[in-house]
Amino acid sequence: MNIVYHGIAVPDMKQLPPDWPGGFFWHWLVFTVIIFTFVFTLVMAFTWVERRGLGRMQSRLGPNRAGPFGILQPVADAIKVLLKEDIVPSRSDRIVHWLAPVVAFFPALLIFAVVPFQNGALLADLDIGILYVVAISSVSTVGIFMAGWGSSNKFSLLGAMRNVAAVVSYEMPLVLAVIGVVLIAGSLSMNQIVLAQDIPLILLQPLGFLIVFIAGCAEINRSPFDLMEADSEIVAGFHTEYSGMKFAMFYLVEYAEALALSAIIATLFLGGWRGPVLPPWLWLVIKVFAVFFLMVWTRTTLPRIRIDQLMALAWKFLFPLALINLAITGLQVVAWPDALPWTMIIVNFAIAAVLIVLWSRLFKVGWGRVEV
Amino acid sequence: MLQDYGYIALFVVAAVLFSLVAITIPVILRFIKVIPSKPDPVKLSTYECGMETIGKAWVQFNPRYYFYALVFLALDVLVVFLYPWAVGIRELGMAGFGLALLMVAIILVGYIYAWKKKVLEWK
Repeated sequence: MNIVYHGIAVPDMKQLPPDWPGGFFWHWLVFTVIIFTFVFTLVMAFTWVERRGLGRMQSRLGPNRAGPFGILQPVADAIKVLLKEDIVPSRSDRIVHWLAPVVAFFPALLIFAVVPFQNGALLADLDIGILYVVAISSVSTVGIFMAGWGSSNKFSLLGAMRNVAAVVSYEMPLVLAVIGVVLIAGSLSMNQIVLAQDIPLILLQPLGFLIVFIAGCAEINRSPFDLMEADSEIVAGFHTEYSGMKFAMFYLVEYAEALALSAIIATLFLGGWRGPVLPPWLWLVIKVFAVFFLMVWTRTTLPRIRIDQLMALAWKFLFPLALINLAITGLQVVAWPDALPWTMIIVNFAIAAVLIVLWSRLFKVGWGRVEV
Repeated sequence: MLQDYGYIALFVVAAVLFSLVAITIPVILRFIKVIPSKPDPVKLSTYECGMETIGKAWVQFNPRYYFYALVFLALDVLVVFLYPWAVGIRELGMAGFGLALLMVAIILVGYIYAWKKKVLEWK
């Protein structure tokens, strides 16, 4: 049984009954391999893109020695880090210290279980897909807090505490802004959300996209919200005391989470695998890279913010805007279900612009010098 | 549908196993002496930029973090109820929309109270 989509025959695994070896395990194996390959290839590509991109934006070269254009740099880094001595501080809580990378890493992988690569091609088409993503994505924080606590280092604990505070604060606007997408798509399943996007939802939900992007960046510790691992004040935050493979795991978690966020934003707002001419999976990869490039760009452009500004931005700026966005979107869906998309796009962009300008007039995120 | 959760469960097993193996490889490599292991007291001490560590790291922490957690808890419960509402909004119509706004308003009273009480300030 094959579905022909965009000229490619896709085996329709879901039609087969769950018995070994026909449907169930075969489908699981294929998609587990695909997901692992997808994640590790793209994480390596991401580290390369980030370092080269940062170099380019800061008028320097970036890594350019290993292979053409330094493209083998991630491989060299992986081998180097694997052969480093594994240092565990004598005062640390050894079991917690050892388990923390595992607890931090596996949730980042789990998110990809519901990211559709093309129509119906995903590990598990959960009917609560996006709720699953929201739930799973916060589990990594437990691992990060374990790392901070187990290291028995003040910098690490401070970094971990800041991380928990940031995740807790930015979870609210993120989750509320995602509801806007659910309202329009009318389903929680990631596949259904993509199928519902005849026009990319970023046009219907410009404010929602901005909120998800900012809150997502804050949750995964990307600059300018990276003060939980601010090198200049608390060394490296929760992974100060990590070396060798365990440090590499945290590095991997960071980029796997960046990849997960890019993939989720691409799926929710940019139409996922949908696009003309090119095969669907390639469209997804292109959109993922586009979102990630935006993250690199913000990282080079904006300076790191302070902890009071971080909290104020989440609770006083993004959260009310997300609520207003939710109310407006709900009203639009209920009152004008058949409105022309182009009118809605213009109206929504206007609303987003007015709200952002108004709110930034009403309230300023902590100016000047503050003792924190 | 249950089948999909089966996929997730098996994938959890695969992901956890992968992370455990990745963490165990250096242990094996150290055992066959590919990775060096030369511990000494200075190397194993807590890193504080060269300063000697004073006291333990496991200290009492600022209660400010706790307030954020409480506010978060109250609002997150609200959000869990909003998800099923968002899926069914086309059937629920205007009445459902109004009721959801009412619920949000009730929770928002607590949020505004927290704002007025300066719980959201980082001071």
